Amino acid sequence: MIEKTIAELQHVTHRYGTTIALADVNLEIPARRMAGIIGPDGVGKSTLLALVSGVRRIQDGHVTVFEGDMENRAFRTANCGRIAYMPQGLGRNLYPTLSVFENIDFFGRLFGQPSADRRGRIDELLRATDLDPFEDRPAGKLSGGMKQKLSLCCALMHDPDLLVLDEPTTGVDPLSRRQFWDLINSIRKRRPQMSVIVATAYMDEAARFDWLAAMDDGKVIAQGAPKEILQRTNAATLEDAFIALLPEEKRAQHKKVAMRPRPASADATPAIEAEGLTRRFGDFVAVDHVSFRIARGEIFGFLGSNGCGKTTTMKMLTGLLPATEGSAKLFGEPIDSDDMEMRRHVGYMSQGFSLYSELTVRQNLDLHAHLYHLPENEIAGRIDELLRNYDLKHVADARPDSLPLGVKQRLQLAVAVLHRPAILILDEPTSGVDPIARDAFWSTLIDLSRDDGVTIFLSTHFMNEAERCDRISLMNAGKVLAVGTPAEIVERRGVKSLEEAFISYLVEATGADRSRKTEQPTDGASLPTANLAHAPGRFSPGRLWAYARRETIELLRDPIRLSFAVIGPLILMMAFGYGISFDVENLKYAAFDQDQTQESRTLVDSFAGSRYFSEQPPIGTTSEMEQRFRSGELQLVVEIPSGFGRDLENSRTPEIAVWIDGAMPFRGETARSYVSGISAQYVKQLAVERYGPNAVLSPVNVETRFRYNQSFESVNAILPSVIMLVLILIPAIMSAVAVVREKETGSIANFRSTPTSKFEFLFGKQLPYVAVSMASFVLLALLAIVLFHVSVKGSFATLALGTLLYVFATTGFGQLVSTFTRTQVAAVFATSILSIIPAVNFSGLLTPVSSLSGGARFIGLTFPPAWYQPISVGTFTKALELSDLWFNLVILACFALVYLMAAQIFLKKQED
Amino acid sequence: MSSPDQQATSQKRKTLYNSKTKSSSLSWHLSNIYRLTVKELRSIRSDPVMLILVLYAFSIAVYTVATGASTEATNLAVGFVDEDHSDLSRRIADGLTPPLFKPAVEIAAPAIDAEMDAGRLVFVIEIPPKFEADVLAGRQPTVQVNVDATAITQAGNGAIYLQTIIANEVSAFRTGRGGTSDIPVNVEIREKFNPNTKSSWFTSVMQVINNVTILTVILTGAALIREREQGTVEHLLVMPVVPAEIMLAKILANGLVILTAAGLSLLLVVEWWLHVPIAGSILLFLSGSSIYVFTVAALGILLGTIATSMGQFGLLAIPVLLVMQLLSGSTTPMESMPVWLRYAMQIISPTPHYVAFAQGVLYRGADLSIVWPQLVAMAVIGAGYFAFALHRFRQVIFGA
Repeated sequence: MIEKTIAELQHVTHRYGTTIALADVNLEIPARRMAGIIGPDGVGKSTLLALVSGVRRIQDGHVTVFEGDMENRAFRTANCGRIAYMPQGLGRNLYPTLSVFENIDFFGRLFGQPSADRRGRIDELLRATDLDPFEDRPAGKLSGGMKQKLSLCCALMHDPDLLVLDEPTTGVDPLSRRQFWDLINSIRKRRPQMSVIVATAYMDEAARFDWLAAMDDGKVIAQGAPKEILQRTNAATLEDAFIALLPEEKRAQHKKVAMRPRPASADATPAIEAEGLTRRFGDFVAVDHVSFRIARGEIFGFLGSNGCGKTTTMKMLTGLLPATEGSAKLFGEPIDSDDMEMRRHVGYMSQGFSLYSELTVRQNLDLHAHLYHLPENEIAGRIDELLRNYDLKHVADARPDSLPLGVKQRLQLAVAVLHRPAILILDEPTSGVDPIARDAFWSTLIDLSRDDGVTIFLSTHFMNEAERCDRISLMNAGKVLAVGTPAEIVERRGVKSLEEAFISYLVEATGADRSRKTEQPTDGASLPTANLAHAPGRFSPGRLWAYARRETIELLRDPIRLSFAVIGPLILMMAFGYGISFDVENLKYAAFDQDQTQESRTLVDSFAGSRYFSEQPPIGTTSEMEQRFRSGELQLVVEIPSGFGRDLENSRTPEIAVWIDGAMPFRGETARSYVSGISAQYVKQLAVERYGPNAVLSPVNVETRFRYNQSFESVNAILPSVIMLVLILIPAIMSAVAVVREKETGSIANFRSTPTSKFEFLFGKQLPYVAVSMASFVLLALLAIVLFHVSVKGSFATLALGTLLYVFATTGFGQLVSTFTRTQVAAVFATSILSIIPAVNFSGLLTPVSSLSGGARFIGLTFPPAWYQPISVGTFTKALELSDLWFNLVILACFALVYLMAAQIFLKKQED
Repeated sequence: MSSPDQQATSQKRKTLYNSKTKSSSLSWHLSNIYRLTVKELRSIRSDPVMLILVLYAFSIAVYTVATGASTEATNLAVGFVDEDHSDLSRRIADGLTPPLFKPAVEIAAPAIDAEMDAGRLVFVIEIPPKFEADVLAGRQPTVQVNVDATAITQAGNGAIYLQTIIANEVSAFRTGRGGTSDIPVNVEIREKFNPNTKSSWFTSVMQVINNVTILTVILTGAALIREREQGTVEHLLVMPVVPAEIMLAKILANGLVILTAAGLSLLLVVEWWLHVPIAGSILLFLSGSSIYVFTVAALGILLGTIATSMGQFGLLAIPVLLVMQLLSGSTTPMESMPVWLRYAMQIISPTPHYVAFAQGVLYRGADLSIVWPQLVAMAVIGAGYFAFALHRFRQVIFGA
């Protein structure tokens, strides 16, 4: 069966809150073609691709892929294995700590390929992409171009019939870009049945596709072959065609950028001068002996891929980063990061939006005006001027995050020029901005340079922008490859365009021209067909294992998370073991003896014998008593009134007062019971003295037996409860973060776009944390036994089994929380608050569950810790066995199951 | 300066600067700090989640913790094995009244172990056969009280209460039947600062103190990480602004918010809603708190320079905060800790000093002449934190 269209959209509308991403889109994307979706950032390209590949839920309208309804879950499950989806962002779906091989291998495992097949196929793919020398390098340490090639390998691992690529080459150097497209083309030759849908912001790239759809503001404004579109609009380039296709009111704002020659400057001192500038981060050389001179008023462009050292060089020029070697001068003065005067001459615009999104446009300008210390009386005027010149008046009181990218960039530029600096340093100022806004931006830059003599140093990865610079410098891997006017550079290499010149420099710099190889597919050497073992939609232990294995590797390579998981519990146990003690000893007491007789002294001495009390110098006056209580020096005072001895002699039942510091209630209460004991003893002694040895004061003996903890030390009871607390807090946080991290970094796209089921994903990610938690349980038990001398009196096997069920429940609880939280920090705090409060207060740590009532008891019993605490305390102190505790084990198992099921219900396979 | 055009530009530039203030003068720094503090306050205002968290922590959370779990003995679960079934044994059972006790559960002697093993009963009283007859005959029979000593907050005090109740009931019974009791001395026990030993008096104030610690660290640390993640901190540092100004602004703004919340919480929640009397001067408490807030805010910034993302910050902050809180004397007294640990904590953490200061001022009405050593200790530790945080901040941002 050969489909004519690979994907069809009918009346598709998609909203994020009130923002409309797609507005009633109708589109038929042809099959077996290279189809491009073009347009600037924020027009709905990514949303469209996500809907087609099934990773986003359809809100409104119909999406048909492979002639099946993408709204139908059964159809999606059966067919998502035929689609490969590569999300936007360099290496967004890769795992940075995993090596190149491990990344691809993970995808192979997800598609159930047997080990030998995987190895063979990975070798093929790595050779085809020139990644074979870097098999063991962590994905996070690859250059942007290599990351994208690796992403592509991962996507091609299972021979998809539809390849969906979301801006795969944005920010990649031109050589890698060319290699990337060559690779796709050669694969399409070998597997002609494969359709490709690509979103891109590079118009030159799009010109080479078979079919295009141009988008603006959530609408498709044109579709067809590139040639047709050019003919229809009568334009020479696709960029011009795109502008011509825009609605009338937008086109009206467009002015062609007029280049003007730079007036000659008589001052020979360069505005910016770098000499052998070098910056190392550890072993990594980010900028390698870079030298250039920029004249006053010149527009100087830095051209290079992401990660080639452009940003680092710029940061050194602003004084943000000190140089490891070499020197940089502004107006002949060496850069000193402590020189405040120099900073006033520089305006800086960093990559990405870096103003305060919580302040309004006007507040942002106002803050910067004050921080640059413009004179008070000029601030209002200057801000008005900027709002007018940069067309920001109508959004002056809006927050930047609600504004389109182009407007944000205008605001950033307005902030950068606010203090009329002599030098502007702009780091990729137009990346992602639509062509009209970009041209307007350039007109402003040219005015600044030509009219105000401002020196502009900017970086870009767009060739057509580089052509507008007075001079450019080509950069790769921290090194400058060439400096000169764009025309000079093209001429020097004897090529037709700047892009070709750059590529030829890159080929020279990186050694052999390996890109050639991929252009000639050898006959018959086609990639072996992927061998897919698992039927999609059915449970696969292999996929579950793939997730468990990958999670374990990632955890072992993340020092912060690993130490939190292993050392965290031990630190908490020590803090609790030493910190939470209800043993009250050495209460400081003093006598306020107003009687000073033999009898009163006997009374005071009766306290001295006890280990619970330690005597302090006696008190003379009432105010002294107050003072010493206030300062916290005394916790107990025995006040004996004058006449005590006499009254006692005459059997007039004198009264004495014992004052206790009740500021800390538990200590006060304990002190009170100690005093009761001592005074009873004293009274008995008096009675014996008076009535003879047979005096009977109490008609009954009360014999108190302290069970389970004969020495009555806090630590015996506290430690088992602490294990309960630690083993919910840390495992729950860890497992919650494990899921939310994927949401934050974007690798959750792999779960959404592959046949992985929710159970395989969640349970696979849970297993490593259960294992780590069991390991820390063993460490905690050892610590309790060795350091605190608290031993397990009952069945250790029962304790271990109970703990296993408990950590299944607590990690499951963490996963449940992760389904509701979007950021790691929210996951960490939500999990800790939700688990600490019931675990500390309602699970028997401080107050026995038997003493709880009403809501507190209910909360306690609906949470696993209250059921685990009796197991932990029981096996440690009460010598209990499985027969005593089986019911608690059953309940814990139920908790584990319920959390696992609930997390599966709330985890969304598709994004909203 | 040779070209006339450029001279003009440069002239224009010069007039734009305020020539009266040099970039090194104090007023210059103060002005920057003021502007940045206002900016921080605006940022805090625009983060409703954090504001709700602060509001919740200082109001409902204080109330719930104060009235919820308590370390005072209440609702004790007592079992009663009555092998006598006499008037006296029933009187003893009836003497176990709420709120101190739950109604006693009558059980048979063989069930004692199972009930206590399962933790359903913390105390079991065993009345022997012929108990009443023995009492009346003056034979001093023995009542056994079994105590689950793993219920650490209740066992000790609960046992004393039971002893007292049993003794009192028996005495009263005997007095009613013509027995005599002659006590030579009356011992009157009075509790200062908290006459009814209500644990809510303690836990409510300690909860406010713990909130000050936790929220200050989280707010300032998160504020710094957010700026690092968004790249705005770099934007500030290319301006004539120094790191210390950025740090101080964060400390001031977040400290101000927390201090206001803590002050209101003490007045409205602790004093008014929970009826806890505050002995000392709230003004003195707030002044001491401002020193403390400065110290922990510096700690927040320090943690914010160690962690590279919000997620890492969360993982780092939780153990640090838990240890600081548990080993500060706000949960159980410092005197119960091993001596070496007590000294270690007093050197590295400001929290024990703050807890001692707050307990002194709020419960005992201590004045400045009593609490100044704690204030000095907090200030010294705070200066240390600040210096280290500033060092880390420069190291991380400038990569030096």
